Amino acid sequence: MAKPPRPIDELTEQYGPHLHYTPPGGWQGESRNAATLVKTHCCFCGQQCGIQLKVLDNQVTGFEPWEEFPFNRGMLCPKGVKRYMQGSHPDRLLDPLLRTADGFRKATWDEALDFTARRLRELQEKYGRDAVAVYGGASLTTEKAYLMGKFARVALGTRHIDYNGRLCMVSAGTAYKGALGVDRAPNPWSDIAQAEVLMLIGANIGECAPITTDYVWRARDRGARLIVADPRMTPIARHADVFLPVRPGTDLALLLAMLHVIVRDGLVDHGFVAAHTTNFEATAESAAPWDPRRAADVTGVPPEAIERAAHMIGESRRAMLIHARGLEHHSKGVENCEAVVAIALATGNIGREGAGPVMVTGQGNGQGGREHGQKCDQLPGQRSLTDPAARAHVASVWGISPDDLPGPGYTAVEIMNAIHRGEIKGLLSICFNPLVSLPDANFTREALEGLEFFGVIDFFLSETAMHADVVLAGSLQEEEEGVTANVEARVIHIQKAVEPPANARTDSAIVCDLARRLGRGQYFPFREPREIFEELRLASQGGIADYYGITYEKIDRQMGVFWPCPTLDHPGTPRLFEDGRFFHPDGKARFMKLEWRESGDPVDEAFPVYLTTGRVVSQYLSGAQTRRIGALVDQYPEPRLELHPRLAEQHGIKTGDWVTVTSRRSAITLEALVVRTIRPDTVFIPYHWPGDRSANRLTHRTLDPRSKIPEYKVSACRIEKAARPPEWAARRAQLVEGGRA
Amino acid sequence: MEFYVDPSRCIGCQACLKACEECDTHRGVSMINFDFVDRAETIASAAFVCWHCDNPTCAQVCPADAIKKYEDGIVGSSLKPRCIGCSNCVLACPFGIPKLVPQYEQMMKCDMCYDRTAAGKRPMCATVCPSQALAYVTPEAIAGRREKPVNTFRFGQQTIATKVYMMAPEGTGAIAIDVADYTWEGEHEAVPQAF
Repeated sequence: MAKPPRPIDELTEQYGPHLHYTPPGGWQGESRNAATLVKTHCCFCGQQCGIQLKVLDNQVTGFEPWEEFPFNRGMLCPKGVKRYMQGSHPDRLLDPLLRTADGFRKATWDEALDFTARRLRELQEKYGRDAVAVYGGASLTTEKAYLMGKFARVALGTRHIDYNGRLCMVSAGTAYKGALGVDRAPNPWSDIAQAEVLMLIGANIGECAPITTDYVWRARDRGARLIVADPRMTPIARHADVFLPVRPGTDLALLLAMLHVIVRDGLVDHGFVAAHTTNFEATAESAAPWDPRRAADVTGVPPEAIERAAHMIGESRRAMLIHARGLEHHSKGVENCEAVVAIALATGNIGREGAGPVMVTGQGNGQGGREHGQKCDQLPGQRSLTDPAARAHVASVWGISPDDLPGPGYTAVEIMNAIHRGEIKGLLSICFNPLVSLPDANFTREALEGLEFFGVIDFFLSETAMHADVVLAGSLQEEEEGVTANVEARVIHIQKAVEPPANARTDSAIVCDLARRLGRGQYFPFREPREIFEELRLASQGGIADYYGITYEKIDRQMGVFWPCPTLDHPGTPRLFEDGRFFHPDGKARFMKLEWRESGDPVDEAFPVYLTTGRVVSQYLSGAQTRRIGALVDQYPEPRLELHPRLAEQHGIKTGDWVTVTSRRSAITLEALVVRTIRPDTVFIPYHWPGDRSANRLTHRTLDPRSKIPEYKVSACRIEKAARPPEWAARRAQLVEGGRA
Repeated sequence: MEFYVDPSRCIGCQACLKACEECDTHRGVSMINFDFVDRAETIASAAFVCWHCDNPTCAQVCPADAIKKYEDGIVGSSLKPRCIGCSNCVLACPFGIPKLVPQYEQMMKCDMCYDRTAAGKRPMCATVCPSQALAYVTPEAIAGRREKPVNTFRFGQQTIATKVYMMAPEGTGAIAIDVADYTWEGEHEAVPQAF
């Protein structure tokens, strides 16, 4: 059984999160003059900013900006500045752990790995191969992500492997793949600075991709105009020439109305549409009923503002539409992205400098982590797992028969659903904290409690790992060499700065060792990540995400290589579609039929308020790493409920009051922050926290039918002033005291 | 290279605050002055460094002669052996920059990372600032911005010229907060305005 062996509070006391404030050696210690500087990248978001880590005595003791790296030129957000605090963190797992009757005990690697292999084998023998699933993550290097896909399919032979990028990039990926034939932002970020018109939709870049802000300012210095669609006045929205305060869940109506205006007012680039696209009529027909007046009623955005935004884009030859999770976390997330791509295609704004639809990949290796076989339906090189030619190619690289390659399995949320209903009995998870990051957290907890075996590879004991039978102490990003692909699909080189501390091991060594113990060692002979990368190059060769021409040395020479890069003398491909050819066999981009539908958790009389969830700049994803770094926690210690004074007044709520938020799943109590920077019909909660302050206790499990992304960005809720502070507030006060002492 | 501050570009991320305390001369103590302007009404935020005045008020009012302006125009933190912790500078600075740091019983403030700037590096805050609201660049580079640099401030009777520039709308002659500076009172120098 996978219930935590002790109460969560007691496990937290032992394994954290504890707040760590001081660098190794103290603020005044020797570390200030540490000798070695290692040029590498931030471990957090998809910007993957270049950074130099200060290293002394196998410890990362600080950082220096890396001003020569062209993407961020030394710039960093607060997470990047404090990322170095993890390696020396007192919560760091230094040994494998085995669960006991009253907690966890340290184990040897032989014990922990033999136990893991034995339990996985037992469950597969008893219930069948697909009774075991693998969870991966998009913060892993590409080598590790590739390894997890191969491990699941070759070492375990299960079809169920998916990753936490399922909660991030799959709506955009599905839309771009369908419309353009490739899942990648088509433009390098330098194009943003060259645009005349920028539309940001559902992209809180100031907080979630801070470095991108500078690119927007550079465009504005050249006279660019800015359109921002968001239910909140985000830091970047404050500067918008046109602000579209869209009601949560109604982006598609807004975009269809913009398409309506573009068609109605003759702003379509008919030459481009005829030469390079198909199926324009389907989109035009979808947009026909959506005049701005009708869309205004649905979206809560004035019709004049919609008209203005559509004209700005339609009249420009250098327009970029930039979107992130705010557009994609919907049960119609794919349609939302298809509509953005359709606007770019209809106005001919694609394939040129300063023109294109662009997704802002969120997770560290959100791009590279989704290209090489960690997704449930893909093989390396962004190949389809159902394509016989792709299966044959990858099987030959792997030295197996294509018949032994399992077919597509469940997506991340579907895997948790299958665990909950008892179909999947065992789970091996790396780089994923689903208890915080999946929707409807109480359901996730019930599912985890029902697992017959749960193994975790991680460097901290996350809230999810507290449910594990075995925890294999893995490595931080700076403890293993590899590559990632940043937001622009620029493949970059992650350097090994230090060895894993004490008895912790590198992730790839753990996975290869486990494969050996499963009797499949001959397929996992890798002694170091470079050997994995060499195989990955071959496996991706000829695929869409072709890495064959990329080497570690070439990355260092060029400060990154944009894929596709099919040959060793190919410079890489910063901008796609410059020749007007798209990645479909006919070379044409495709317009889609775009059908409006309601969200999966509609507001009604009992739950009349829209709840939307998101991020703050000082925390990263489920907080498994950043909730342990004191300086980041101090900046925004706990989730607060943002609401407009008009809504607050109806309930007699003031800033600092405790407010209970109830959805159809559960209720949590948070402190109120009454601000005029949010729509009056909407409340906002950042999601980085666990337990009874977790926004994901409130969210619902409705998925986009194609991308299978959850609808984090719109739930129905009601709010009321709470009679007393929640229990977590008292526990929290103790933790802070303990952390400082 | 000069230092430019543009609060309109600040996104409130506080990378500057965090990076400042990583600077070797005052590790563990951040010298950045940061605030949200009025969070209930706006998301606007502002981060400031010391303005490094030509004729620094903090040094003028220091009874212990503990605050020095150096040849390159940088006004240092108080000299530890001299500072008596009286807070005169804290109260007198028209920009509200100096802070009395209790753990060192000393006034400390931004010294523009003199250890870094002297070695040809940029100050930590301006290097990391992801929106370049704090920027340490050449005058030629800043000239390409929509906003333009100003380094004259008026506080009532006191006119202050500073080493650090504030970015303001084009045509702004000086940053003034007193309406009297903009009014016609016969032949006196009124502040040119951006409009």
